[in-house]
Formats: sequence, C-alpha cells, structure tokens
Amino acid sequence: MSKRIDVSDLNVYYGDFLAVEGVTMAVEARSVTAFIGPSGCGKSTFIRTLNRLHEVVPGTRVEGKVLLDGQDLYGPAVDPVVVRRQIGMVFQRPNPFPTMSLRDNVLAGIKLNNSRMRKSEADDVVERSLRGANLWNEAKDRLDTPGSGLSGGQQQRLCIARAIAVEPDVLLMDEPCSALDPISTLAIEDLIAELKENYTIVIVTHNMQQAARVSDRTAFFNIAGTGQPGKLIEMDDTTKIFTNPGEKATEDYVSGRFG
Amino acid sequence: MTVDTAARTESTPLTHRQLPRRIVPVVLAVSIAAGAGLAALVGFSLPALAILSAVVFTVAITTVSGVVEGRRKAVDRLVTTLVYSAFAVALVPLISVVWSVLDNGLVRFGADFLNTSMRNVTGLHDQEAVEGIGPYIGGAYHALLGTFLITALATAISVPVGLMTSIYLVEYGRGKLAKAIRFFVDVMTGIPSIVAGLFAASLFAVLFGVGTRNGFAGAVALSVLMIPVVVRSSEEMLRIVPNELREAAYALGVPKWRTIVKVVLPTAVSGIASGVTLAIARVVGETAPLIVTAGFTSSINSNPFSDWMMSLPAYVYSSAMRPLSGSEPQPSFDRAWAAALTLVIIVMALNLIARLIARIFAPKTGR
Ligand SMILES: Nc1ncnc2c1ncn2[C@@H]1O[C@H](COP(=O)(O)OP(=O)(O)O)[C@@H](O)[C@H]1O
Ligand SMILES: [Mg+2]
Repeated sequence: MSKRIDVSDLNVYYGDFLAVEGVTMAVEARSVTAFIGPSGCGKSTFIRTLNRLHEVVPGTRVEGKVLLDGQDLYGPAVDPVVVRRQIGMVFQRPNPFPTMSLRDNVLAGIKLNNSRMRKSEADDVVERSLRGANLWNEAKDRLDTPGSGLSGGQQQRLCIARAIAVEPDVLLMDEPCSALDPISTLAIEDLIAELKENYTIVIVTHNMQQAARVSDRTAFFNIAGTGQPGKLIEMDDTTKIFTNPGEKATEDYVSGRFG
Repeated sequence: MTVDTAARTESTPLTHRQLPRRIVPVVLAVSIAAGAGLAALVGFSLPALAILSAVVFTVAITTVSGVVEGRRKAVDRLVTTLVYSAFAVALVPLISVVWSVLDNGLVRFGADFLNTSMRNVTGLHDQEAVEGIGPYIGGAYHALLGTFLITALATAISVPVGLMTSIYLVEYGRGKLAKAIRFFVDVMTGIPSIVAGLFAASLFAVLFGVGTRNGFAGAVALSVLMIPVVVRSSEEMLRIVPNELREAAYALGVPKWRTIVKVVLPTAVSGIASGVTLAIARVVGETAPLIVTAGFTSSINSNPFSDWMMSLPAYVYSSAMRPLSGSEPQPSFDRAWAAALTLVIIVMALNLIARLIARIFAPKTGR
C-alpha cells in the first residue's frame, strides 16, 4: 500500500521565478518525513510537486524527476489525475466541501469520480475513514449535517478522513496543524503516528517540537534571501537533525538562533 | 468618593456633553413647522415644504450639536443628515412610480384582465363601456403568455451560453482569447436594446425572409441582451469560489471538468441562479427589441415559432399609443396601466425569487 518517493535534481518554477532549486531526496515508505525551514523557502511549493498539484497554478513548471516506487511522476505519458489518486494531500487550512454533508465529504474522492458503490460498502468506507481520522465518535451522529459545521480541528480531521478514504499510497500534509488549537494538534499528531503503519507520510511543519515528536526523518530547507531559490540544506534522521546536525545553518535554525 | 472625583478630573475625561436622544424628533418637528412657514411665503406645495424643512433641519441640528457637543459630533450629525436625505431623494422616484402604477393599474387589473385576450375587442366596445351600455372587456392574457414564452426561450438560450462562457473565462481562459471575450462581453453589455432587436430582425430576415416576425426572433433579441448579464454575474460568482476547494478536489484525483461540475458549480449555484433571475427581470420589460421582432397581435398565439406574438411591453405600448377608440381612449389607457402593473409585479416577484434562491441554495453551515 505505501510507496517510497525518490526525488532527483528537482527545480520548481513559478513562471520565470525559480522557487526551489536542485532538490534530491529519498522519502522512505511507512515513515514520517518532516520538512522544516523558514517561511518562503519553498516547502509548500516542493510538497505540491510530489502529487503534481503544483502545475494547477497557471504558468508553473517543474524540471527533474520524482519517482514513486521507481515510476517517474513527470514522465511524458503520466496522467496527473491518476498520480493524485495515489498521493493524497491535506492542506494548511481545513477545506471541507461546503455543499456536502459530512458523509459525502468523506466519500468525495469516490463520489466525485463517479465510482459506483453499494450503500453498505460506502457506510464501511465512511466508518473506517472516520475512525482512521479519530473523528468517528464525534461525527457518527451527525453524518448528514454539513461538514462546515464542525470545529476547525474536526474539519481538519474530516479532511484527513477524506484523503485516506481513497486509500492513497502516500499522504502529504502541508502544515496541517497551523490553524488548530493545541488539543486538536495533539489529536492529529497521534493520528499521524497511527497512519504511519500504513502510509508514507510527508508533513510540512513550522513547529520544531512537532517535527521532533512525529517524524522519523527531517529535511531542512533554507533560502539565501528574498528572490533567491529555496534549497534542501540537509536531510537526516530526526534525532540527528535535532541533536547533531551536519550543517551550521540547520543547527542555527533548530536551536532557534534563526527565523 | 472625593478621591474618585479628583482622580477623574486630573486625567482626560472620557465623557463629554451630549444632546438628549429625543432632540432629533424635537428639532425635526420644529423644522417642519418652520419649513411650512417658509413654504407659505413662496406659495405652499409639498415639495417646497419637504425641501425647506430639510434645509432648516440640517442647519438647526448642526448648529445645536456644534454648540453643545463640539465640532466632531456636529460634523457627524451633518453628514448623517445628508446621507438620510440622499436616501430619501433616491426613494422618491421609486415610490412615485409604484404609486402611480398601482393607482392607475388597479382600475382594470384582476382575474378577468389576466384571463382574456383582445381578440374581437373593438373601439365600439370601449365606447359602449364608457357610456354605460356595455361591460369593460379585453385583457392581456395573450401578452402575458407571449412574455412568458419569449422570456423562457431567451433564458433557455442565454443560460447555457452565458454560463459556459463564464466557466471558460474563470476556469480555462488565459491570454489573448479570454481577454478578447471579456472585452466583447463588455461591449455587448452596452448594446442599445433596439440594436439587439434590429440584429435579430435582420438575422431572421436573412434566414427566413424579410418581414419574418415571431416569438423566437424576440427571444433571440432578448438573448443578445441577456447573455452578457449572465456571463458577468456568473463569472463573479465562480470567481469567489475559493481555490482551496478546487485544489481539494484535484488532490483527490478528480479531473478538472468534474471538479467544475461537482464542486465549483454547486458551491456557486445560489449566486448564479439569483444572477440569472435578475437577468430575466432585466429583460422581461424590454419593449423596443420585441416590437421589431415579435410584433403585435390581439389574439392568443402559443407557438413562438410562427406568427406574431404579443408581449406585455408591446401591449402597454400599443394600448397607450394607439387606443382602440379614438374618441374614448380611457379604457385603452386603463388596460395599458393594468398591463404595466402586471409587469411591475413580475419584476418584483423575480427579485424576491432571486433572494429566496440565494438563501435556499446557499451552502449551509449547520451551526
Ligand atoms: N502562486 C505563486 N505564484 C508565484 N510565486 C509563488 C506562488 N506561491 C508561492 N510563491 C513563491 O514561492 C516561494 C516559496 O513559497 P512557499 O512554497 O509558499 O514557501 P513556504 O511554504 O516554505 O513558506 C516564495 O518566494 C513565494 O513567494
Ligand atoms: Mg507554506
């Protein structure tokens, strides 16, 4: 179910602006990989290239390779829609579909793709996904109410349920807790620890403690100055990055002397 | 207690002298009295009373407030008064239109008027009715039916074209083509309605022979006016659908077209539907384009694809400009007013419906 990702020499552009330069990294299957770094260094931009979501912004382009278990996502005959079905994403701001009920939000990936499913089967998916996202107990009595009626933390867990309902190989999370209170944040961190059993998880976070708590490996991105491209400075086991990093810039950042 | 007062006078006071709340009605009453006096000097009339009272009130309240409450409060009162006056002025035409349409229209308006056509009604009937020998007869059923059919056809043409254009502009259009389309839509918005009518008339003359007039030609003329309105309003509504929702759908592996159909359109549907309703309200009273395309008739015609078709605006126009009886035009004028009242009711109903649609289809928060 879960797959590894290998990125080599990736350059990411917005028009002529090179936002991320020369990233090479390996993301292991069934592990949590955290991206840290100061604002604007291209973490969001980079993570969005991993499911080919970057290209929905007009005028953008990507150079280099992203291999999902050996297959190049940017190969000439690859359909980005198929890629996105295998690599799910959770965004910084919870974005449940406002026109859909809780239940339909969870089933969105299936229903919107017009896959037919028997009701009992759909019920199973809803329950399994909501349990997987730790939302079942709060949501089971209100499955037919609109998803936008939940609290922010519940909405974010609903978005996670929606993402795992289609059983992707990889789950990308771009600062999933930055709009949430500490209790919801903790709930989501616990969830990430559970999801790691089955999924490859990549998480962008601004919170260093969070990276230290949830991730197995950490990648530090940095930027030389505004208008400069963001770069991957180093990537290593999380404990190593936080205790004994190889680069001075990483040490400054994780010890709070920078950004 | 004493300590308290001392402390308060030392620091900057947070309160200042205020006029009592009842001051506004009092000053208003005095101003109206003064306005009446002044109006009597120049020759009394209602507009003179209103204008003079407003001027007196503005000066009085500003001065009183300036003396008691200080400069900032006085300016606030002045501007508040000006804003309310502007609102009242803007309301005058609306109220007087509604009033005169109701006053004149109710003479003939009723079930009978909405249920009969003008077939076989002649000037003689009108003369007899005025002389008291016969009943008042003749109605606008044929015109109501024509307006309904023509507007429905125009909507059926404009909504798909307009909606798809706006989808193109918001979701797909980049570069020169989109810019050109947007420019031409703007140009179309400004087309005088008679030009739209002449366009449709000449189109039908080329296709089906000179002098072809039917309801469909009228619908085409109205579409020319309606499409840009639909494009503009739908475009705005599609644009305010947050990009995050589109990306959420893409991230689930939903193709773009299905994202548009199943996520973007449902999210925007309340705004689009109420925009369409307002566009209908906008064209339902168009007169000139229908006169040159659908023509006039006194009989019921329920086939928009052949023969002339009456519409409410054309009915109002012909009843008012060409009364059936030259010597007794009043019954015709009454019918014109009743038809005008019908139109006003339709437009108001459409506006209400637009609001209802916006409320009913709006995404629910469930809180
Ligand atoms: N849609 C966009 N168009 C152009 N430039 C963008 C866009 N989004 C982000 N950028 C630029 O790309 C760089 C990286 O941004 P981002 O990936 O959001 O950083 P991070 O997530 O690390 O804070 C920034 O310089 C930002 O200004
Ligand atoms: Mg970001």
